[in-house]
Amino acid sequence: MAFKHKHLIDITEYSDADIMQILKTAQAFSQVNERAIKKVPTLKGKTIVNMFNEPSTRTRSSFELAEKRLSADTMNFGGSSTSTVKGESLIDTVMTLDAYKIDCIVVRDKHAGAPYMVSQASPAVVIDAGDGKHQHPTQALLDLYSIWQRKGSFEGLRVGIVGDIGHSRVCGSLVPALKIMGAEVTLVGPGTLMPARPEVLGADRVSAHLDDVLPDLDVVYMLRVQMERLEGAPFPSIREYHELYGLTRRRERLMRPDAIVCHPGPINRGVEFDSYMADHPERSVILDQVYAGICVRMAALFLLLGGADNGLSA
Amino acid sequence: MAFLLKSAHVVDPVLGIDRVTDVLIEGETIARVGDDLAADGAEVIDLFGKYLVPGLVDMHVHLRDPGQEYKEDIESGTRAAAKGGFTGVCAMPNTDPVTDTGAVVQYVKTRAAEVGHCRVYPSGAMTRGLKGEALSEMGDMVARGAVAFTDDGRGIQDAGMVRTCMDYGKMFGKVFMSHCQDNSLVGEGQVNEGVASTRLGMLGWPAEGEEVQIARDIQMARLTGARLHIQHITTARGLALVRAAKEEGLPVTCEATPHHLFLTEDAIDATYPTVYKVNPPLRTAEDARVLAQGVADGTVDAIVTDHAPHAAWEKAREFAFAPFGMTGLETSLALMITHLVKPGIIGYGRLVELMSVKPREILGVEPVRIEAGATADLTVFDPEISWTVGADGYESKSDNCGFDGEALTGRATDVFVGGARTLADGVVC
Amino acid sequence: MGTTNPKVIMDETAVQRALTRIAHEIVERNEGTDDLAIVGIVTRGDLLARHLVERVRGVEGVEVPLGSLDISFYRDDFDTHFAPEVHATNIPWDVDGRRIVLVDDILYTGRTIRAALDAIMDMGRPKSIELAVLVDRGHRELPISPDFVGKNVPSSKGENVRLYMTEVDGRTSVEISELAPGARIGSAPLGGE
Repeated sequence: MAFKHKHLIDITEYSDADIMQILKTAQAFSQVNERAIKKVPTLKGKTIVNMFNEPSTRTRSSFELAEKRLSADTMNFGGSSTSTVKGESLIDTVMTLDAYKIDCIVVRDKHAGAPYMVSQASPAVVIDAGDGKHQHPTQALLDLYSIWQRKGSFEGLRVGIVGDIGHSRVCGSLVPALKIMGAEVTLVGPGTLMPARPEVLGADRVSAHLDDVLPDLDVVYMLRVQMERLEGAPFPSIREYHELYGLTRRRERLMRPDAIVCHPGPINRGVEFDSYMADHPERSVILDQVYAGICVRMAALFLLLGGADNGLSA
Repeated sequence: MAFLLKSAHVVDPVLGIDRVTDVLIEGETIARVGDDLAADGAEVIDLFGKYLVPGLVDMHVHLRDPGQEYKEDIESGTRAAAKGGFTGVCAMPNTDPVTDTGAVVQYVKTRAAEVGHCRVYPSGAMTRGLKGEALSEMGDMVARGAVAFTDDGRGIQDAGMVRTCMDYGKMFGKVFMSHCQDNSLVGEGQVNEGVASTRLGMLGWPAEGEEVQIARDIQMARLTGARLHIQHITTARGLALVRAAKEEGLPVTCEATPHHLFLTEDAIDATYPTVYKVNPPLRTAEDARVLAQGVADGTVDAIVTDHAPHAAWEKAREFAFAPFGMTGLETSLALMITHLVKPGIIGYGRLVELMSVKPREILGVEPVRIEAGATADLTVFDPEISWTVGADGYESKSDNCGFDGEALTGRATDVFVGGARTLADGVVC
Repeated sequence: MGTTNPKVIMDETAVQRALTRIAHEIVERNEGTDDLAIVGIVTRGDLLARHLVERVRGVEGVEVPLGSLDISFYRDDFDTHFAPEVHATNIPWDVDGRRIVLVDDILYTGRTIRAALDAIMDMGRPKSIELAVLVDRGHRELPISPDFVGKNVPSSKGENVRLYMTEVDGRTSVEISELAPGARIGSAPLGGE
C-alpha cells in the first residue's frame, strides 16, 4: 500500500489506516532501535533541515536521532541565530534553504500555520514539529503509539486529557487523532484552560472535575503546566492546581486497575503528578513515550521520504 | 462644461424619485431634472439601462497618506474610490504622523485637491497619537476641515478618556466614531474566538471584546450628549445594543462592511489565509445573517469598506505577523448589488440611503439631491454588468482583496464630482 | 492488474521437488546442520524458508533456526518502488557465527539480495551467508550469484516472473507473464492484486 501523503502538517488529513500504517512502521523501527547497530541506510543521501524557529531541545533531539538512524544528512537551522529574527521573512528563509537542494524540512515555529507556509514556499517534504498552539502531529503519533502498545486497540478507549487544553498544540493534534482512531475523549480542566469551542477539536465531553471522570478512564493524559506562563495566570496557584488536577497516590484509588498515565514531557513533579504516579511502574508510560518518539519519527520520515508520491504505485 | 445625462434610472430616496428621466449638469451643479431635456453644447451621455444616484460616500477609508505611501496614497486611494463609484471618502487618521493636528488635516485636504479623484473628508484623532491618553487638537482640526473624530484602529481603553473627548469635542458638533475593542478581552486576538480560533490554534478575538465597548460608548453618548457612530459593527448582540440606543432616542448610528456581511470566519481554513485577517475579525455565519437583517431594517445606517490596503509582502507572512485589513473600495457597490439588491433583500432606494444619504448625514457634509441647484456629485452604475473581481487588476496600490476572483453583478460606469467627470465608462479620469 | 497472459513454468509438483532438492543440497554443502540457520526475505522468501526448514528436518531430524527479514529499510531503489508496507523482521537468535542461508523466491537484478546482506550484517557477524532461490531469471545488475537454484528461467525484461504459494495465494506455482505498461516487476502482493 502506497503512502499517499506528501507532508505531515495536519493530522486531520490522515485516515485511521494512514495512522495505523505509521504505527506499524514505527513498530518495525522499534526493532532497529534495539539492535547493537541502530542505523539503517534508508535515507542515505537525503538532506533534512530541522528548522526550529523557537527553542526546543527534546523534539529536535528526537527528530535528529531519528534522521541519523535513517542515515539522512541533517542540518539544524534556527534557534536564537535564525534569520527570521534578523528580519528576513519566513518565505525568504525557506527559499534560501531550498537553494541548498534539500529534501525535507522539519518545522517548529511559535506561529500557527508556519509549516503550511513552508510547504507552499518549498518543494520539500514538510513535517510539522509543533506550530504555535495549532498542532504537533508527531507528538500525537507517539502518544498513539504508546497507547496502542499498551492497550492494543483504540476502539471505544476512554481517554481523558487533563490540564491546559486551550493553549496546547499537543491537543490540537492528539484530540482529533484519537477521534480518528475511534477513542472517546474527555477534556478536563478549569474554564480558563479550555479552548473556546472544545467540540471543534472533537472532544466528546468536557469536565472541570477530575475526580468525576477519573473512574471511567483507560488513559489519563496529563498536560504540562506552562510554569513560565503564570503571569495573569489562569489558575490561582500551583498548590490549588495540584489539589484539583494533580494525579496523586490518593487519587489512584479512583482509577481503573489497568488505566495508564501519559505526559508529553517535561514533567513537573509536584504539579501534574506526585512522584508516586510519575514513576508508577505499571501505569506510567512517560518514558515509553520518549522512546516512541524516535520510532514514530523514523516511521514518518521513512514513509514520507522513502518512496511516497512517485506515481508508480500499482 | 455641461453634461446631458439621458434616460437614466434616477433613484433619490430623499426626494422620492425612482424613474427614468434626464439630468443636465452645468458647471458644478445640476441645472435641470426632467424628461426629454435638450441642451446646446452639452456632452450627451446615454444612460439607458443604468442607474443615476446621489454620489456614493465611503465614510471609512485608509488612504495611508501621509506615511505609508507604499500601501496606498491619496492619488491611488481616491482612484480606487472613483473606480468603485464613490464621489467622496472619509480618511482615517491612523497615518504617520497621526492626523491629530490641523497641519495633517490641511495636508490631506490640500493633497486631495491636487491629485484626488474624489472628495476627501479627513477625520481627526480623538486622542493625541491615537494613544488614548490625551485630547487631540480637535478645534484646530475642525478649523482645517476635519469632519469627524475617531481613534480608528484602536479602542480607547479608558471610559473616562472617551467621556473627556466627547465632553470637550461636542462643541464642534462633529460625530465621534468608535472602533470598539476592549484590549483586556482581545489581547493579541487574531481571529474570531470560537470555531476558527480553536481549530487553528490562534488567539481569539471575542465578540464580547467589541460589545463591551459598544455598550460603554452608548453610555458615554447618553452621558455627554455627543453624537456617536459605531464603526464596522460585526456582531448580532452589538447590533442589538445599537438598536436599543436608537429606540431610546440617543444620537447613535452604526456602519457595517461588506466583508463582515458577506464573509465569515469559516473562510479561514488551515491554509491560514491572511487576506481574511481583519479587525474586527470575520464573525460567525449567524452574525453575518443578523447584520444583513440590520442593513435591511435600518439598524445599520451606512455601508463602509474599511478599505485597508497592505503591501503583498506584509500579508505574505505568518498569520500572527500579517497586518489586519483588506481593500474594499472597488468591490463594495457590486457586492451590495449582488448579495442584497439582486436577491431582493433591499431595494435601490435603501442602497442609496446606506451608501450615500446616511454617510453624508452622519459626517455632516453637504447633502446631494437629484434636483436643480444641487451639487453635481453623482454616481452612475450598470446593475447588469457581470465581472470578476481582480480580473483586470486593481486601481488601488494593494491587492489584498478578500473577494478576489468572485463573480459579481453591477458596477459603476460613470462618476461626477462637482460636475467634473472622474469615471467615464468605467475608466478613471 | 499489471500482468497479462500468465504461463505456468513450475507447477506445484515442480516447486515441491525443487525445494526438496535444495534442502538436500544445503545439508550436503554445509556438511550437516551445525550453526546453520535459514532466513527468508519477506514476503515470499520467508514462506519458502519455512518449507526448507521442514524439509531439512525431514532429512536430518534437526530443527534449524528460522528467521524472516524485511529489507524495506535497506532498499536503494525507493524511486522505483512504492512505499512498501513494512513487515517486521523476525530473527529471534544471534546471527554471530551462524552459517546463514538466505532464501528468496525470484532472483533478478540482485538488488534485493544486496539490501538483505546489508541488513544481516547490521545485526551481527555471521560466519557465512549462502543464497537459495527458487527461480533465477537472469538480468543481474550486481555481482551476485545463487548457491542453490530451483530452476533457471530465461526471461526478458518485459516479462514478470512470480511465485504463488498456497498459504497466501490459494495455489502453488511459478508463472511468467507479459508486463503491462506501467506495471512493476516484483513479488505478487500478499492476498492478491
